[in-house]
Amino acid sequence: MTKKTTSKGVSRRQLLKGAAAAGGLAAGAGVVTGFPTIWAQNPITLRQFGTGVSNLNAIAEKCKADLGITLQMTALDSDAVSQRVVTQASSFDIADIEYWICKKVFPAGTLQPMDVKKIKYYDDIVPIFTTGKLTPESKIAQGTAPNTVGFVEGPESKVFAKAPTQWMTLIPTIYNADTLGIRPDLVGRPIKNWKDILDPAFKGKTSILNIPSIGIMDAAMICESAGIMKYGDKGNMTKAEIDGTIDFLIKTKKAGQFRAFWKTFDESVNLMASGEVVIQSMWSPAVAAVRSKGIPCVYQPLEEGYRAWGGGLGIAKHLKGAQLDAAYEYINWYMSGWVGAYLNRQGYYSAVLSTAEKNMTPDEWAFWMLGQPAKADILSPEGKVMYTVGAVRDGGSFKERMGAVACWNSVMDEDRYMVRRWNEFIAA
Amino acid sequence: MTLSRLAPYLQATPLTLILAAFLVLPIATIVMVSFWDYDSIQIFPAFVFTNYEETITSPVTWNTYINTFKYTVIVWAVTLFVGFWVAYYLAFHIRSTTMQMVLFLVCTIPFLTSNIIRMISWIPFLGRNGLLNQTLMGMGVINQPLEFLLFSDFAVVLAMVHLYTLFMVTPIFNTLMRIDRALVEAARDAGANGWQILTNVIIPLAKPGIAIGSIFVVTLVMGDFITVRFMSGGQSASVGLMMANQIALLQYPAAAANAVILLIIVLLLVGGILRIVNIRKEL
Repeated sequence: MTKKTTSKGVSRRQLLKGAAAAGGLAAGAGVVTGFPTIWAQNPITLRQFGTGVSNLNAIAEKCKADLGITLQMTALDSDAVSQRVVTQASSFDIADIEYWICKKVFPAGTLQPMDVKKIKYYDDIVPIFTTGKLTPESKIAQGTAPNTVGFVEGPESKVFAKAPTQWMTLIPTIYNADTLGIRPDLVGRPIKNWKDILDPAFKGKTSILNIPSIGIMDAAMICESAGIMKYGDKGNMTKAEIDGTIDFLIKTKKAGQFRAFWKTFDESVNLMASGEVVIQSMWSPAVAAVRSKGIPCVYQPLEEGYRAWGGGLGIAKHLKGAQLDAAYEYINWYMSGWVGAYLNRQGYYSAVLSTAEKNMTPDEWAFWMLGQPAKADILSPEGKVMYTVGAVRDGGSFKERMGAVACWNSVMDEDRYMVRRWNEFIAA
Repeated sequence: MTLSRLAPYLQATPLTLILAAFLVLPIATIVMVSFWDYDSIQIFPAFVFTNYEETITSPVTWNTYINTFKYTVIVWAVTLFVGFWVAYYLAFHIRSTTMQMVLFLVCTIPFLTSNIIRMISWIPFLGRNGLLNQTLMGMGVINQPLEFLLFSDFAVVLAMVHLYTLFMVTPIFNTLMRIDRALVEAARDAGANGWQILTNVIIPLAKPGIAIGSIFVVTLVMGDFITVRFMSGGQSASVGLMMANQIALLQYPAAAANAVILLIIVLLLVGGILRIVNIRKEL
């Protein structure tokens, strides 16, 4: 399932190209100077691919208008993304990947670290991505926390640094805190904990996602909440912890607690919208999609906290010269506010909040980021009404949600063993 | 050497080249990679048997194969039964050739849509609040929705039968049409009743078609993963699905080892079918 969006060069660009070529001819072998930007003489196309969440046409169009850089975007699922970074290094210029994927693929050496001195808004990046702490007091969550794979030791290094260095692996772009989605009209009781998914009342009406590296985390949140397991680090389990979790999942599956396991966004939407399940793992845009059909659906905050994920832009190893400069310019533009506001309006979070705030109305900012009731209808970036006056965002403010992260999406040292056991669970 | 002796080789060359490039070479690559080693990031050239060891010694593999065989046997039996009678009806009960062709084309109508669409359209039909459940409840036949209809083995088998029956109908219809009608008349003149004609004349003569249809259905079901995934709601496994999961996690060598084992098993199955039935009669 690959969606390809290609923006064709506009005539203005061709005109400039022609002019530049003419200029070059006129100057003959002499030194050519004084071009406004290098993009004018040499139109730049950057091939970006990544998961669907941030591969948005609107961003490509705006980038074209603001910078003159053509973005060719390809959306893939997270497994395909990691495969492509490792195996087809020359097929992309910018990789839009998640941090746990980064842990897996960066050591393969197909991405190059970025010099933070060239990142204009580096100092304004939300500290989750640099020090790992949202506020100086907060604890670093379990799993592949972005700060643990956000830096390497030098420009040629493949070894992740323990503390921030000058060389960043990914420039953070988008992140969110995930939890269970519920059908408030069908569950018939308040949902407070991850373990509520095990309630016999919901037998045959629950689902978790079948992407092993993420599904195992939701399972761990459930097991820990139900007091079945204790974990040293849910994001990096020991073999015994994996066994305990999978054995419990198999038992639960055999007892008929689950209706299905979903793998793609639309499957999760359909399961919920059709009433096949009433409580399940979910991603926030899926909740919005169910709601947009007029079906009540809540992204339920839970006492144990959230499972968070984050993504960022990485630069392919083969980029150099003008293309590399263009990539930096694109990344700086990405963080300069317009995109941030766009993402925040979709219910995600952007990495540089100060610039995004300037691109949002005070009411939008209060609703999305501060968790306050909407003073006017809240519109999606496309202009559709998402929330009406008085509505409050599920889970509240940015600090409440991102401050309650229990665990980040991760890849474990015992990855290979975990996948084998996960397959056993699905086959059971 | 004269041109006439070279000609057959020249004629066979294009196909040989295509098969070598797009069949033999990829399979050779898969076999090679199945001996490589891997970690969570990359695969390294090596010559290790761990991929085979892990695959063969794991109970998951056995359970998955048993499950896949279960689907194969059930789907094969149902498609054979349904397919044979559809073909029989078309071949012996419809008199005009035009009508036969029209009705045969009617059988192919579902194939005008993609198989994903055909499969997914079962979901709103069979679901808890789906058409079938609502109808049955509306008629008062049941009080509670039937849950086994969707995301179950039943759903998987139903969808596969729907998808693959035509592969059985076509070759059987083809062989039945070639049966000399005089043989049937001769059997009748010799005093055979309808059942005896069917078992002693028609079925033995239809065997090549049945074998070809069986090969189609068996190989399709053994390799299927998307039907199993969608219709079981991810609750059941098949060999193909197991491989898809491994590929998704960059465990190419493990998936390759699995593929080689599956290839061997399917070839054995096909070999077995060919031992029992001489399909050359058909050709």
